[in-house]
Amino acid sequence: MGQYLVRRLLTIIPTLIAISFVIFAVLDLAPGDPTSQLPETIRPEIRQQIRKAMGLDEPFPVKYGLWMRQFFVNEPLSLLENAFDIQIGDGEKRLRVTSWGSRGVPVMDMIMERMPQTLWVVGLAYIVAIAIAVPIGVVSAIRQYSIFDQVGTFISLIGYSIPTFFTGLLMILLFSVKLKWFPMIYDTNLQIVDWRSFVEQLRQSAMPVAVLGFFQAAILARFTRSSMLDNIPMDYVRTATAKGFRERYVVIRHILRNSLIPVVTLIALGIPAIFSGAIITEQIFRVNGLGALLIGAIQLNDIPLVQTVTFIFAFLIVVFNLIADVIYGILDPRIRYS
Amino acid sequence: MAVGTETASAESLSSELPQRQHRTLWGDVWLRFRRHNLANVGVVVLVLLVIGVLAGPLIYTVDPEYSFIVDDIDSINQPPSVNYPLGTDDLGRDTLARNLFGGRISLAVGVVAMFVSITFGTLVGVLSGFFRRLDNPLMRFTDLMLALPSLPLLLVIIMLFRDSLKALLGPELGIFLLVVLVIGILGWMPTARVVRGSVLSIKEKEFVEAAVSVGTREPAILRQHILPNVLSPIIVSATLGVAAAILTESALSFLGLGFPSNVPTWGRLLFENKDFITQNPWLVIWPGMFISLTILSINFIGDGLRDALDPRQRR
Repeated sequence: MGQYLVRRLLTIIPTLIAISFVIFAVLDLAPGDPTSQLPETIRPEIRQQIRKAMGLDEPFPVKYGLWMRQFFVNEPLSLLENAFDIQIGDGEKRLRVTSWGSRGVPVMDMIMERMPQTLWVVGLAYIVAIAIAVPIGVVSAIRQYSIFDQVGTFISLIGYSIPTFFTGLLMILLFSVKLKWFPMIYDTNLQIVDWRSFVEQLRQSAMPVAVLGFFQAAILARFTRSSMLDNIPMDYVRTATAKGFRERYVVIRHILRNSLIPVVTLIALGIPAIFSGAIITEQIFRVNGLGALLIGAIQLNDIPLVQTVTFIFAFLIVVFNLIADVIYGILDPRIRYS
Repeated sequence: MAVGTETASAESLSSELPQRQHRTLWGDVWLRFRRHNLANVGVVVLVLLVIGVLAGPLIYTVDPEYSFIVDDIDSINQPPSVNYPLGTDDLGRDTLARNLFGGRISLAVGVVAMFVSITFGTLVGVLSGFFRRLDNPLMRFTDLMLALPSLPLLLVIIMLFRDSLKALLGPELGIFLLVVLVIGILGWMPTARVVRGSVLSIKEKEFVEAAVSVGTREPAILRQHILPNVLSPIIVSATLGVAAAILTESALSFLGLGFPSNVPTWGRLLFENKDFITQNPWLVIWPGMFISLTILSINFIGDGLRDALDPRQRR
């Protein structure tokens, strides 16, 4: 297991470097100028000096190298300093990746500010999705072709065919406009101080979580069902039944345990995707999380912020791919040794 | 000579068998597809949508950009009525006309982007499955592409290159090409993987071995023996690819980063009208329903095709 883990860990380094290169290159080669937002009255020579001071005249490899140092050395060090309240080296002099749009606020600080909202919505949605999807998938598979299975399969097919931006708007229409159960806009300034504000927080999270969760649950339920169906005709299931175990025991102890191996992997692989999905959901319900930060940065042509947020999304994908592989290796020993 | 006698005897043999209707490969696929109820519903709905979108603007000749405020000040935010079958928007423009035009663009983006991704995916898949030397580098490249966050990257690329392409090819064609190319280039990886898997297993089959042993050249083997046999996974992933591309385009437009505002697409209509949801919910319901129906019917068809093309289900 140790060797397997080390081998997998080593492969993510070149992947991350390659991804960072792609993201940096796309943004660097693109037209667009950070000084375009400055007033027209600034004279061209001064504009040129501003560009020079920002390091825009350096050749591409130098820019990439400097960016890599900022990104992989300076930023993690600052994060550690903030997290543990310690001093590592000369923190003041260290050059941080700063935003162009917000007059030099470090990008990581902005991201950390937005992270809790996204994590709350995304995390809650995923937990809800798993809690709904796995039981539905299991029951559909055991009672294949029953009414429950057919209704469940149909709903899950609908669930992943209707785009989240439409379900979101429909929910707003039904639950905010018509029934007035939930607020239309997510209020990030809400402080949870007492029971009442906690209930308010739950109320305003209900729709974003439901939209994201329903979509994800549809995918997971389909997958759980087909994974169960793969295992039901297996010999070991027939053996267990032949030994006289009750159906419930066979399903839970034998079929479910084996069927959940690929499901758990899919759950890990789906986490980055649900972060991307949150970009749209945040836009519908005006949650000012990570996705809203990215959209805002794109509109302002704030390249350092865009690079960093995009890289964080890529980092999530790589890390959760690794986690999925490791879980698979732990749950299914055949993978490790092949 | 020997071959000739053998076909002759085969013919005489088949004439002795009880008369049976001749069945072809695609005839079989069609028969099995017909049995899939939801897929047939999908075909009907999709055909209706496509006909409506293609022929609709020819029959219903209302300009999607024309504002009826000019004629009648009360014609904004109308619910569906005789004059305006699907109502009007906040600027008094006819919702039906806008949805018909929007559908044309959404479907065109879906189909063209699918062709881009299928062509690229098939190429990469066949090359890496067939040529052992190319397999590792191409698959590492595919893995890398899969690790890129597609939605954020799509947004970024479109935002960055939008203006230069607009200047180069005009607002409509420029954005169309950009959206289609970017969706295609960020969406070929699943196809490549599926095709590679099929090529790898077909390469080991006896008929390929036979072709190699009689001296068939590699390009001919690829064309005559490998490609026809990997057609079914390609067809299935092409079908689902259209749905995925339409969904992606709508998402982009919904975030305000797709086509310019004078080019209505279904996603763009949702984006424009989402702020009027309290005044006139119809504006949001129609385009959303059209997108959902399209995606749903394509997914049903994809499911049906997957079952119909699976040789294990042949009887």
